[in-house]
Amino acid sequence: MTHSAPPQLSPFARPALLLSACAALMLTAGCPSGNDAGPTGNPTAANPRGGGDSAGVLTLTAAGATFPYPLYSKWFDAYHQANAGVRINYQSIGSGGGIQQLKNKTVDFGASDAPLSDEEAREMPGPVVHLPTVGGAVVLAYNLPNGPADMKLSPEAVAGIFLGTVKKWDDPLVAQANGGAALPSIPVAVAHRSDGSGTSYIFTNYLAAVSPEWKRKVGAGKSVDWPVGLGGKGNEGVTGLVKQTPGSIGYVELAYALQNGLKYAWVKNKAGEFVQPTVESTTAAIEGAAEALAKDVRAPAVNAAGAKAYPIAGLTYILAYQEQANAENGRAFVNLMDWAIHDGQKLAPGLHYAPLPEAVAKLNEQALAKIHAGGQPLLASPAADAPGAPNAPAASNAP
Amino acid sequence: MSAEAVPSRLATRIHPRRRFINTLMLALCWAAAALALLPLVLVLFHVASSGFRAVNLEFFTHLPRPVGEPGGGMQQAILGSLLIVGIASAIGLPVGILGGVYLAEYQNHRVGHWVRFAADVLSGIPSIVLGVVAYSLLVVPMRRFSALAGGVALALIMIPILLRTTEEMIRLVPGSLREASLALGVPRWRTALSAVLPVARAGIVTGALLACARVAGETAPLLFTALNNQYLNLQPDQPTASMPVQIFTYAIAPYEDWQRMAWAGALVLVTLIGLLSILARVATRDRLAGKSH
Amino acid sequence: MRLRRRTLPDRPDRPDQGPANQDADPGTLMAALDTPTGQAAPRRRSPSHGLGDALFMRVTQAFALSVLAVVLLAFLTTGFNAWPALVKFGPGFLTGTTWDPVADKFGAWPFVWGTLYSSLLALLLAVPVGVGTAVFLAELSPRWLSGPISFLVELLAAVPSVVYGLWGVLVMVPWLREHVQVPLSGSPLGQAPLFAGAPYGVSIMAAGVILAIMILPIITAVSRDVLRAVPADQRQASLALGSTRWEAIWQAVLPFGRVGLIGGVVLALGRALGETMAVTMVIGNRPEASVSLLNPGYSLASVLANEFAEATGALHRAALQEITLVLFFITFLVNGLARWMVWRVMVQTGGRR
Repeated sequence: MTHSAPPQLSPFARPALLLSACAALMLTAGCPSGNDAGPTGNPTAANPRGGGDSAGVLTLTAAGATFPYPLYSKWFDAYHQANAGVRINYQSIGSGGGIQQLKNKTVDFGASDAPLSDEEAREMPGPVVHLPTVGGAVVLAYNLPNGPADMKLSPEAVAGIFLGTVKKWDDPLVAQANGGAALPSIPVAVAHRSDGSGTSYIFTNYLAAVSPEWKRKVGAGKSVDWPVGLGGKGNEGVTGLVKQTPGSIGYVELAYALQNGLKYAWVKNKAGEFVQPTVESTTAAIEGAAEALAKDVRAPAVNAAGAKAYPIAGLTYILAYQEQANAENGRAFVNLMDWAIHDGQKLAPGLHYAPLPEAVAKLNEQALAKIHAGGQPLLASPAADAPGAPNAPAASNAP
Repeated sequence: MSAEAVPSRLATRIHPRRRFINTLMLALCWAAAALALLPLVLVLFHVASSGFRAVNLEFFTHLPRPVGEPGGGMQQAILGSLLIVGIASAIGLPVGILGGVYLAEYQNHRVGHWVRFAADVLSGIPSIVLGVVAYSLLVVPMRRFSALAGGVALALIMIPILLRTTEEMIRLVPGSLREASLALGVPRWRTALSAVLPVARAGIVTGALLACARVAGETAPLLFTALNNQYLNLQPDQPTASMPVQIFTYAIAPYEDWQRMAWAGALVLVTLIGLLSILARVATRDRLAGKSH
Repeated sequence: MRLRRRTLPDRPDRPDQGPANQDADPGTLMAALDTPTGQAAPRRRSPSHGLGDALFMRVTQAFALSVLAVVLLAFLTTGFNAWPALVKFGPGFLTGTTWDPVADKFGAWPFVWGTLYSSLLALLLAVPVGVGTAVFLAELSPRWLSGPISFLVELLAAVPSVVYGLWGVLVMVPWLREHVQVPLSGSPLGQAPLFAGAPYGVSIMAAGVILAIMILPIITAVSRDVLRAVPADQRQASLALGSTRWEAIWQAVLPFGRVGLIGGVVLALGRALGETMAVTMVIGNRPEASVSLLNPGYSLASVLANEFAEATGALHRAALQEITLVLFFITFLVNGLARWMVWRVMVQTGGRR
């Protein structure tokens, strides 16, 4: 067998290759950033994570909860419009991801609806500050084409659905709360989170509080062994599943259900009232738990007392190290948080998140004041209406 | 079947049942070929129609809008992909090509067998495993997600392809060329670089383009290495958006607007990969029948 | 320029019948250079040549060895990271059915099952179509048609996995649910264990179908090459004995290429086992092994994609690294088997490689 010659470049190949190389270069160099201010320069040694240059564009990298993502994405965009020198790259990968990446120090700050347990806090390389940002409602979004628009669910029904004991929509547990509404006799398709989720944490805490069987069999946490159901990635994934699967029901943050036109259920609260998840009922729930929160911001707010309180609500947190490795990033971060817990709160109701109660905001200010780099506190000017002393102890924020 | 008398014509009479089975099975083979093309047609049709509607100038020149707001584009993902594939090529091309040169030039070295074996193993490893490895080796020690880590993970995918292609192309160079060069007193290394490599160059370029096309579409390795970014980033040590990851994020989201952009992104990605592949094939006049791998 | 004399062996230039290297077909001079006698014989070799050659060899060797080093490093890193889980769960990891991050109890069986089941389904769907297409391309199609069709089938392989996933989750899964699963559930077949359960759409069935589409090009391409490598005498002898065209293919050609065909199938299996993105988007992400095709499932690669960035417990992370290791091994074994089989065929039929 003789060899054949290897293939040869055809005559127009070289110009073609040259042309594509030029095109790639043009695309890279010539395209201005759409709505972004200024190019980034070379990273300086002082900014291990953020890219910075003489033009002063600092990028903070953050990751975590999908629960507040609609609000955070609006916040960070608004903040960047107001402060062109700071960009925040927030990746919504789930609360578990936020905690893990914070632990690995691959992000500047993390976000999680599930606060660190004592054990998790011990595993962190340094003390971590919990900064609650907003409250949100975990709603039960469902897709029932011929079903009622305002389904009412009792805690027993919710637990039964997620335990798998309620298999069809016309089960008595569901039907009895919905009076005369005719429910179709189709199987219930449960959708839950497949990733480590703070939304799951809030929801399973609720289920554990209202159902001893759930507490015994499954427990509460960011990732649990779900008895039934399909897994979706992030609040986005669960919303997508519910939207596409007739007969399905899943737990998502209110903003996702509203932005995607999903129907969601009224849930019976501790006081025995069926409550619709709204900004008001969420705020009522947070207020109902205010006493516990004042002692420790990590306290859960599910099944709160109060006639108007929505039972499946919770705060979401931003987590950061008390000792910031990089002063410039740290300063940008505390300024961002200062804005978020004061000015940013105004944007929350528009996206159906509950703003923080006063007491919690004050605790935040105290916690922010404790963040330092190299021994120097980073918060340059405490907010005008906060009388909190920079060194006031806030036991609830120290893990 | 030999019980029939042989007629004077060449063709024998065939039992109807055999004839029926023959026709049936051959028809099924034709049907199989048509069925094989069906998914391609369906996928490309959807990508083209849904994507075409969503692609506009804004798609290429704008960054994403906040969640729930319509509009925006995927500029950062397109350029981020170019960056990451560029880094992957910068790492993978030298290793793959020079390694392939070694394998082809020094075929008697025992080491070569092990290297080929390692390349085979590497080519069979699922890309997500390579992403996990790159995370453990680069992201954690460096304490950041970066385009560099993503590029390394992709380079690991490119290297076996390049090794094999380069080795094959160099082996195709006629031995007489090498012998003539050596006979003229040209040292071995110079022979390899100046006499052999230019002849094999076209094939190696093809291999490189195909490898780039292959990794341009990889998602899994980038999930935990380059992460993602809403902003344009061209620095190799920062998290960087890429087209496949952005498409994935948008595809599993419920927002109609995002899903629209996912189709547009898919169209752009498939077009880019298609162009690269066509360029690779068209750039060489392939004289070998059936040797397209 | 000095003419360097070399000892030329006096065998003719028949590379594929060389004594030592079956796979090497360099010129005879090359062979002479590398044999011990070649190395011992350089006469007037100037120092710069020696240095240049040695440097060239070392540099390229270093690059080649780096590949080996990387593979070893990857394997060792994963093993090291998986160690806590390996120690805690032992071989029971592969058979444990609970994946419970809260209780810190991890068993990989649901993922192993989901991976194997969806891959098996994919093979069942793709092998008949793929081999049928290969038969068509190798035996039946007119010359002018086989080129374009081959090209189009290879185009299937060029489409990225995420685009398949996108199409799968937005187009195929709803279609599958409406037109296949809902009727199936409603019919008497819906009572059988194989089709029991509610029709969600995302399911093992969906994963199997998407995988089948993705591995089709591999099976087709390898089978076509194998069938083309079958010597023409086989088919002609069968035809001469009076068989129909199909009988010739079925009785003479296919059995001859049997090993290669199986090798192609095993290669496709290797690809299916490691496929991540498309499967993650359509399999339903439920860590429970079930027989029903309509139920959601989970695969080894999918659990990594979903949970890896987020696992916070040390044991959870180690368990995920152990899953990485399992995936490493499974694909290593399957691909090794496939390559060995395809290699055997090539050697048998005298093909190159």
